[in-house]
Amino acid sequence: MFGFLKSRKTQPVPATEVATEEVAPVAVEVVAEAASESAATAKSSWAQRLKSGLARTRSTFTSQVAGLFGVGAKIDEALFEELETVLLSADVGVEATQHLIDKLRGRVKRERLTEASQLRDALKAELVDLLAPLEKPLDIDNSKPFVIMLAGVNGAGKTTTIGKLARRFQAQNKSVLLAAGDTFRAAAREQLAEWGRRNNVEVISSRAGDPAAVIYDAIQSARSRGIDVVLADTAGRLPTQLHLMEEIRKVKRVIQKADINAPHEVLLVLDANIGQNALMQVKAFDEALGLTGLVMTKLDGTAKGGVIAALAKRQPVPVRFIGVGEGLEDLQPFRVAEFVDALFA
Amino acid sequence: MFDNLTQRLSHVVKNLRGQGRLTEANVQDALREVRVALLEADVALPVVRDFIARVKEKALGAEVLKSLTPGQMLIGVVHKELTHLMGEQAAPLSFATQPPAVFLMAGLQGAGKTTSSGKLVRVIREQGRKKVLLVSCDVYRPAAIEQLKLVSAQAEADFFPSVPEQKPIDIARAALDHAKKHFYDVLIVDTAGRLHVDAAMMDEIKALHAFLKPVETLFVVDAMQGQDAVNTAKAFNDTLPLTGVILTKLDGDARGGAALSVRHITGKPIKLVGVGEKLSGIEVFHPERMASRVLGMGDVLSLIEEAHKAVDHAEAMKTVQKLKSGKGFDLEDFKAQMQQMKKLGGLSSLMDKLPGAGQIGAGDLAQGEKQMVRIEGIINSMTPAERRNPALLKASRKRRIAAGSGVQVQDVNRLLTQFEQAQKMMKSMGKGGLSKMMRGMKGMMPGMR
Ligand SMILES: Nc1nc2c(ncn2[C@@H]2O[C@H](COP(=O)(O)OP(=O)(O)O)[C@@H](O)[C@H]2O)c(=O)[nH]1
Ligand SMILES: Nc1nc2c(ncn2[C@@H]2O[C@H](COP(=O)(O)OP(=O)(O)O)[C@@H](O)[C@H]2O)c(=O)[nH]1
Ligand SMILES: [Mg+2]
Ligand SMILES: [Mg+2]
Repeated sequence: MFGFLKSRKTQPVPATEVATEEVAPVAVEVVAEAASESAATAKSSWAQRLKSGLARTRSTFTSQVAGLFGVGAKIDEALFEELETVLLSADVGVEATQHLIDKLRGRVKRERLTEASQLRDALKAELVDLLAPLEKPLDIDNSKPFVIMLAGVNGAGKTTTIGKLARRFQAQNKSVLLAAGDTFRAAAREQLAEWGRRNNVEVISSRAGDPAAVIYDAIQSARSRGIDVVLADTAGRLPTQLHLMEEIRKVKRVIQKADINAPHEVLLVLDANIGQNALMQVKAFDEALGLTGLVMTKLDGTAKGGVIAALAKRQPVPVRFIGVGEGLEDLQPFRVAEFVDALFA
Repeated sequence: MFDNLTQRLSHVVKNLRGQGRLTEANVQDALREVRVALLEADVALPVVRDFIARVKEKALGAEVLKSLTPGQMLIGVVHKELTHLMGEQAAPLSFATQPPAVFLMAGLQGAGKTTSSGKLVRVIREQGRKKVLLVSCDVYRPAAIEQLKLVSAQAEADFFPSVPEQKPIDIARAALDHAKKHFYDVLIVDTAGRLHVDAAMMDEIKALHAFLKPVETLFVVDAMQGQDAVNTAKAFNDTLPLTGVILTKLDGDARGGAALSVRHITGKPIKLVGVGEKLSGIEVFHPERMASRVLGMGDVLSLIEEAHKAVDHAEAMKTVQKLKSGKGFDLEDFKAQMQQMKKLGGLSSLMDKLPGAGQIGAGDLAQGEKQMVRIEGIINSMTPAERRNPALLKASRKRRIAAGSGVQVQDVNRLLTQFEQAQKMMKSMGKGGLSKMMRGMKGMMPGMR
């Protein structure tokens, strides 16, 4: 899985000490040893990766659901209850689960369903209905440069997503520029620089601590050079950190000074592992920035990302992409039919 | 939607009043509310089920104490069980080994392992181990090693360099060797984030563990994690003999049900909590506070809760709500407050717990307590309408009340003045005064900064 990453590692060797107390001079010797298995790990294809990523997401959910819908079985209370369990365990949340189950009951009555096996399709249909408004692919053709700002809580996957997006847009023959707007976290700049190297795109960054200024410069630079897309990274922040929420508001205001219509897309990056707090995150970041899209990362684990269903009900914001790994290629557009199928396949 | 369990329960417990024992029938609704509250706090469903079963077992048949309603009784059982599950008391870090004591960090991507590695330095130093070395075995995430290097510098601890071209096990070997040769007290080994379903990566950390034989293997968990916490915790616990958990990002507003899930699945103590991005943002874990947080009984209530179990939650909650909304505080509330105080062991014990109340002298207090009895008598002699609207209290009404409660009209006037003062105080608390008060309590509860 990491073969691709390994082969690209070209970082300089920081063998010097930063420590203040004592030095560890022995370090230099160790440094020379290289990873031997990097070439051996075969790079799996794009399609395979997506499949294996989502398949894992699927498997637990599927085995649970499959057990419910044995052929010939009749619809009974236990079935609804088990279905409720499946939804709750996928982080769908109490409210949305209740909503879905109620709808399902309505459908069963209306359509006079009796077989347990029919219930699966009915629930699928309900989920598709609920999620359909969230499937709106991102169109980056209407502005140049098209400025995309990424925001989210700490560790959600913003910087990694930028690396993947850069790859994706370049594959669409777009020129890309990255702006290192995380001026807080240790080595955030270096991390984005590495993604820049992997994509062979330029990264605008500054040692000074003003994220708004860095992004402003990047937009100006993109405009003068005719770049198609600017991807602006920002530091992670929790909605409870009011001063940081204020800071990111300011970042957006400054972006608007560079280009009155920018940012053209404000993406909130959500980690699929996060539970119901995702609802608060969407609310808070939307109030601060006016979200235009979501990216859900880390769907290659066993977390189901069912909180999207809760979001669809409460505060629908289009889900533009999903992240299914740590590699450059591990990003795909969100498609409701696939997402729901993946849960039931 | 109710935003916390206390409010939820105050709704259902009304029906429970006047019943002598907790029975299957009379706790059913309340338990359903507990279930919903736990699920909304992201406690994993199987854990919720186990928990509810335990509470039921403990609660059924219990005699309702005279001073309590069945609802209070039940919430008491819930809170106690939750605290019990969370681990009763803070669990210290272990150094019980021939130095260097190795600490191995493990967890999902972005959980906070690298940041927590840096934070640990201070905690370790506070416990008398001065010579700390950090090393990163994260050869995957771009600039992860650089990140730990900077974090080590911030923590003023030594950093053992590594490069992404190395194998994690080789890095570990070199670092341990160096730590031994240079008599380090502690070696902290940071690792890459990994998914529990990634077999190769799980094997890798298993090998690291086998080689390093760490005295602490710390599982770093994001407090925002949802239902999947049970799956990841189980897999990590099966792969590695975890010794403890670090719960990060508690400075957010997540209710942190993952704490309960992880604890229930692994049985391992939560040793520390992360409460900020800075290296100073680390605290010891307090099971009791976490229980209150998961249940959504934060704020003033959890303080009172800590001080005394006998408080009437529904009443206290009403007052807190009133304070927050800044709406009218009337004589009924005044009286309810005093009754609460009595349950809490009188003025003196309450004043100990309320910040900013220190200026009242002990002599005043004893007198105050006598006065409280008198005040209650006076309020009892008022009609409900008068209690709701003290402006009605003109001379003739005051005379009637004084006669009814066996005091002088001056006493009634004094009460009204006191009430006005209290009302003013409440109003200012409602408008940011309360948050000021909360800031004063900062550090007592996780998640406040
Ligand atoms: N498995 C997996 N890991 C991811 C994904 N996206 C990001 N990550 C990892 O999550 C961690 C945090 O990502 P990062 O981009 O630094 O998050 P940021 O703090 O929001 O910028 C890193 O270890 C990433 O490799 C994904 O889709 N799947
Ligand atoms: N607010 C807050 N942020 C934290 C805390 N612990 C870690 N972080 C942030 O979470 C992100 C991921 O942390 P990191 O240590 O890189 O995670 P790792 O991938 O597990 O090593 C970074 O932006 C950290 O600053 C915490 O307790 N509170
Ligand atoms: Mg970042
Ligand atoms: Mg790390």
